[in-house]
Amino acid sequence: MSASAPDISAKPKRAFRLDLKTVGPLLALALLVLLGISLNENFLSYNNLTNVLARSSFIGIIAIGATFVITAGGLDLSVGSMAAVIAGVMIMVMNWLIPSLGIGWSVVIAGMLSGLLLGGVAGVFNGLMITRGRIEAFIVTLGTMGIFRSLVTFLANGGTLSLNFNVADVYRPVYYDGLLGVPYPIIVFALVAIGGEIAMRYTAFGRYCAAIGSNEQVARYSSINVDNVRLMTYILQGVLVGVAVLLYVPRLGSASSTTGVLWELEAIAGVIIGGTTLKGGYGRIWGTVVGVVILGLIGNILNLQSFISPYLNGAFQGVIIILAVLLQRGGRRT
Amino acid sequence: MKLAKSLLAAAVLTTSLGGIAVAQDKVTIGVSVPAADHGWTGGVNYFAQQAIERLGATYPNVEFVFASAADAPKQIGDIEDMVATRGIDALVILPGDPDAMTSAIKQVKDAGKFVTVVDRQLSIDGVENLYVAGDNPGLGANAAAYFKEALPEGGNIVILRGLPIPIDQQRFDGFMGGIEGTNITVLDDEFANWNRDDGFKVMQDFLTRFPDIKGVWTQDDDISLGAIEAIKQAGREGEMFVVGGAGMQQILQRVQAGDALTPIDVSYSPAMIATAIELTTSHFTGGIQVAGRYILDSTVITADNVDEFLDADSPF
Repeated sequence: MSASAPDISAKPKRAFRLDLKTVGPLLALALLVLLGISLNENFLSYNNLTNVLARSSFIGIIAIGATFVITAGGLDLSVGSMAAVIAGVMIMVMNWLIPSLGIGWSVVIAGMLSGLLLGGVAGVFNGLMITRGRIEAFIVTLGTMGIFRSLVTFLANGGTLSLNFNVADVYRPVYYDGLLGVPYPIIVFALVAIGGEIAMRYTAFGRYCAAIGSNEQVARYSSINVDNVRLMTYILQGVLVGVAVLLYVPRLGSASSTTGVLWELEAIAGVIIGGTTLKGGYGRIWGTVVGVVILGLIGNILNLQSFISPYLNGAFQGVIIILAVLLQRGGRRT
Repeated sequence: MKLAKSLLAAAVLTTSLGGIAVAQDKVTIGVSVPAADHGWTGGVNYFAQQAIERLGATYPNVEFVFASAADAPKQIGDIEDMVATRGIDALVILPGDPDAMTSAIKQVKDAGKFVTVVDRQLSIDGVENLYVAGDNPGLGANAAAYFKEALPEGGNIVILRGLPIPIDQQRFDGFMGGIEGTNITVLDDEFANWNRDDGFKVMQDFLTRFPDIKGVWTQDDDISLGAIEAIKQAGREGEMFVVGGAGMQQILQRVQAGDALTPIDVSYSPAMIATAIELTTSHFTGGIQVAGRYILDSTVITADNVDEFLDADSPF
């Protein structure tokens, strides 16, 4: 993989500086795909690709929200725990509504709405604490991360919350079925990504996020309502966590204290691999999609081979993440 | 030495319990367990609190102090506090990380407390008065015995492991020893971290990679539940069976229903913490000799004996 880097830098500099910055994540993705193909002939099979993309869709949808938060100079560490608590509450709401609504889509839809609502409320709370409470985003979301994680453990009584078996059967197709052979999670992920790309590039909201992230004071003087835009990014993040959970719950029909552990770091890693800057000011939605897919492929490739000891899985992941970012930053210096 | 100590303790107790109805001597027992970070430890927390409630009601003179810790430093802090401020007479501990906690537990013992260690072996011998644990090598060996029986001709299997800690290694070694000399081929083994989501992912990829799998050994029921969903998604549930471990209710219900995908389970119950608390309490209340090693069988659970293990109230 590293062999191709000197290749590129040897060519005329100015033309390729810009190129590398944009194609960096794609290049890393392509190299990873080549590695996958060389390891296993089933790598490019329809089943494997849909498996990996569907699995990545939860983190992907969350990471698109995180792209806005990070672009506006914020950070949300609570998304993994938030996902767990939303999953837990959705399951409890659905189980609780069965006697009144019966088994069917009405219960599932009620559950979905409760998930989205809870995500939004959690986002409002994070956002208000940060913008109106004037507390650093890191501290607020570190706090809510702990709160949400304990809440799900408490709700599950230390065990696992399981969705009623019959409702789970109704809900199951949302993860496992699809349109024209494309599973629903992938479709939703694509729609959220397209919507995110449009919002980031072509709307005032997207430009405000970038402006606030690059210089908050200047943004304020340009009469941007900094607090409200920031608040909106956290609400959007919360709702998108809700959307991700809507797709996650039908997969296993359960939530426990291990649900969503470290999702926040995976989402942030996906955002950064994709070319968004961690300190804010510049965000790229399609890059985030590529970054998340890269992370998904790493796990997949590790399972498709047996010459790297499973003890070293974490090291392999770390190396790929650093390489992926190095590929795009290498040419960025002026 | 150990015997002498417990005899002495027994003697002290019999004299103090001279009058049956008069239980004037207060006894305090500290119980320290790891936080409920996965299904099995969730069960440990549930059964510990249940045992404490029951025994507290039965023996008004026994007081319990319960603490649940997310990591080793917090758990060490918990037991130091128990000795310093709560004046415990005995400690029942399931150490999250036994190697890191050995010296802290030894200090409790050196302070003259009765120490019961559960599930995980400390790094030096002779610290605990009582050791209560499941049979990890047995869990692997019993599962292996079933694989030999179910696949007399041999065949390809995959293994989903837990976390890289000694318990996992003991189970793995027990299993590999059990299938030695047969035609059973282990295609690959990967860590699934005792977690449903990881079980799902690893199994999906194993299914992509290997067209022929006859059996799956997950050594844990949480992993099994994830793996089963992946197998169903691939529509290959007719080709293979899954053997887990622990005795989770959801799996036991499938065993009871005669599901061909989960023909058996192997017990490794988190209720062992309740056994340990019961034994420790009876050391003080009954003057009964309890010191020693107490290993609970890793029983094979089949459709025939599954009823003994089903418990509708258990969250695990």
